[in-house]
Amino acid sequence: MDWSDNPEQAKFRQEVRAFIQTKLPERYRPKAGESAEGGEGFSGGWQADRKSTDPERVATATAWANALAERGWIAPAWPKEYGGAGLSTIEQFIYNQEMAEAAAPSVGGMGVSMLGPTLIVHGSPEQKQEHLSRILSGEVAWAQGYSEPGAGSDLASLQTRAVRDGDEYVINGQKIWTSGAHFADWLFALVRTDPEAPKHRGISFMIMDIKTPGLTVRPIIDMGWNHPFNETFFEDVRVPAKNLIGEENRGWYVGMTLLDFERSGIAGAISYRRAMGETIDFLKNSGKNFRRQDFNSTRLEMADRAIETEVLFNFSFRIVTIQSRGLVPNYEASVNKTFGSELHQRMSRTQTKAWGLFGNVWDGKSKYAPMQAAHVHDYVGSVPHSIFSGSNEIQRNVIATRGLGLPRG
Amino acid sequence: MDLGMNEQQELLKNSAREFLENECPESHVRDMEEDEKGYSPVLWQKMAEQGWHGLLVPEQYGGAGFDFIDQMVLVEELGRALVPGPYMSSVFGGAIPIIEAGSDAQKQEFLPKIAAGEVIFSLALTEPSARFDEAGIQAKATVSGNDVTISGTKLFVSDAHVADYLVVAARSGKGVTLAIVPTKQAGVKTTVLQTIARDKQCEVVLDNAKGQLLGTDGGGWAALGPVIQKYTVAECAYLVGLAQMDFEIAVDYAKERVQFGRPIGSFQAIQHKCADMVTDVDGSRFIMFKAAWSIASGQPANDTSIAVNMAKAWCSEATRRVVAHGQQIHGGIGFTKDYKIQLFYRRQKRAELAFGDADFHRELVAQQLGL
Repeated sequence: MDWSDNPEQAKFRQEVRAFIQTKLPERYRPKAGESAEGGEGFSGGWQADRKSTDPERVATATAWANALAERGWIAPAWPKEYGGAGLSTIEQFIYNQEMAEAAAPSVGGMGVSMLGPTLIVHGSPEQKQEHLSRILSGEVAWAQGYSEPGAGSDLASLQTRAVRDGDEYVINGQKIWTSGAHFADWLFALVRTDPEAPKHRGISFMIMDIKTPGLTVRPIIDMGWNHPFNETFFEDVRVPAKNLIGEENRGWYVGMTLLDFERSGIAGAISYRRAMGETIDFLKNSGKNFRRQDFNSTRLEMADRAIETEVLFNFSFRIVTIQSRGLVPNYEASVNKTFGSELHQRMSRTQTKAWGLFGNVWDGKSKYAPMQAAHVHDYVGSVPHSIFSGSNEIQRNVIATRGLGLPRG
Repeated sequence: MDLGMNEQQELLKNSAREFLENECPESHVRDMEEDEKGYSPVLWQKMAEQGWHGLLVPEQYGGAGFDFIDQMVLVEELGRALVPGPYMSSVFGGAIPIIEAGSDAQKQEFLPKIAAGEVIFSLALTEPSARFDEAGIQAKATVSGNDVTISGTKLFVSDAHVADYLVVAARSGKGVTLAIVPTKQAGVKTTVLQTIARDKQCEVVLDNAKGQLLGTDGGGWAALGPVIQKYTVAECAYLVGLAQMDFEIAVDYAKERVQFGRPIGSFQAIQHKCADMVTDVDGSRFIMFKAAWSIASGQPANDTSIAVNMAKAWCSEATRRVVAHGQQIHGGIGFTKDYKIQLFYRRQKRAELAFGDADFHRELVAQQLGL
């Protein structure tokens, strides 16, 4: 057991830190007294910034993407032969820690985290050739079309239909919660190609240009009045058959492939730790007047959140330990997900509580908004975290059945 | 960076588990609840022969010279088996204070005997004020050279009734001072309390009890710092083992117990409790080992201090949640004396309270965070 770096790891950490120090654009750096999550800096993320109408935002996103690309750090986990940095699991862990510590936005979105690795495992040489480099250059951003109105937790019951017609598939149906589709250029989706087969065995993994005729993206405005995701409609959308990834009807397994890059989710623990430090600092300095008068129970709640953040750090640390031994995490990943998302919600609740009545203020520019109302935003914004990526109820089922061997209901 | 055990730790864990499954079955734990001494001298000697009493004692004093993480691996197994008796008292309340504060002569005299299981020690820290801080030490010490005379009442002293020596914290004109006090003298009167865990915590009334100075006159509180830290983390490790076993028993029961024609473990209401239990047990284990690692690797004092407080705050509450779920999953049978799960529930409370519960440590965490 060792929570510290060995000399090699320390050297790599220093390298990442120095890189961030010199290359992270000014507008991506939180100022003192500002929340990294809600400050004046751009925090919409690379995907939104690159399509912004504000030229400075576009320039900032591009500068950061270019700096990362030079080091192969847009896709640090990808093998070198595909343009990644080929970092070891532990190196990725360190890289992800340092990026989260600096609140540096990640670049490449779903293309880097999901589609690229899927192509690396299942794609044909032509598919890799066509798509991987365009992800790395930042030319193409990807969105994911998995969920449907009738297929949430029970994803395999999805109904969007793809019918082979010569060299094409004709797709009809609807996807929902397609995050970032309004900033994306391409979409990867799970579609039903064999309605007669058992539900997991009639699904295919398909990619398509989001501008394909018949494909319509409509915004869904969330309860925080933001526009993170969309509904996507398919009306006779014709996709070339060469855009099928892997075999027809094997798409469920293509989509569920466990990709062997670091999946500890360490950014969560690091950013909660940093955010707590920022809040404590603010409470003692410029934000004294925002602190509720009867602070003591909130104060102790904050201590609990700090302790839980260390627990979460260790859960992430366990995942990376398992992975670095060449093993695949089982129920441990679900423990991470439930604990992390529920901590996120408790964290925002506790921090909002510190402000008493000022916990009403939503307008981050208001003089009555402590820390640009970041915690209030987070109080609303953290709600879906226990729902997406497999609801916490499903995760607990997984822990109990797959992890503990309890009988399925 | 790595969160796994090394080979030596795996070996220690496996051999301890096997040993205790044979030597400390449930029946033994039950017998000792009603035994006057509360421990079996036969098992005590066998544990000493395993080298457990001297695991942390340097080799030159008859010990094995293992590190603190190794020691916690063993204590977790003791918690799992609910080993009754003065092991924790003698190692963490005797060997550790002597290693931390003793003169070489005291080390020569006592450590080999502790390691061999020939003598039993215990730490007499708390008093009727039940405080854990320096101000809680009010027993009077008179120091004359190497001799210390102590009067006062120490309370919740584990295993004092079978201990040969107590490490007593008392207050002289110079502040808190430690002394090694033999129990077999007229000035030491011990009464065993009946406790929730049916362990042996005692009231010890000292009336001009004679002892020898441990460390320096007035240097006792400073010397106790690392002792209390290590003892606290050891209580966390005990809790982790106890909660792990409670959880395993509950999951096994949920697989076997049939209602409505199916095992109750197939109901999500039970499954989700089990999922929360494993989260709490695992979370406890890692935060405990983080504190142990911080001690073993000599991390900066501030880091170690907050790591220990965080570990005890978390373990105290998380393991309480675990044993509460353990009871609920068992339904009525769990409430009976005959069924084993209650042994864990009652013992969890003892360790939760030892060296401060979550409220106590949470406050210290808040202070150290600058809150």
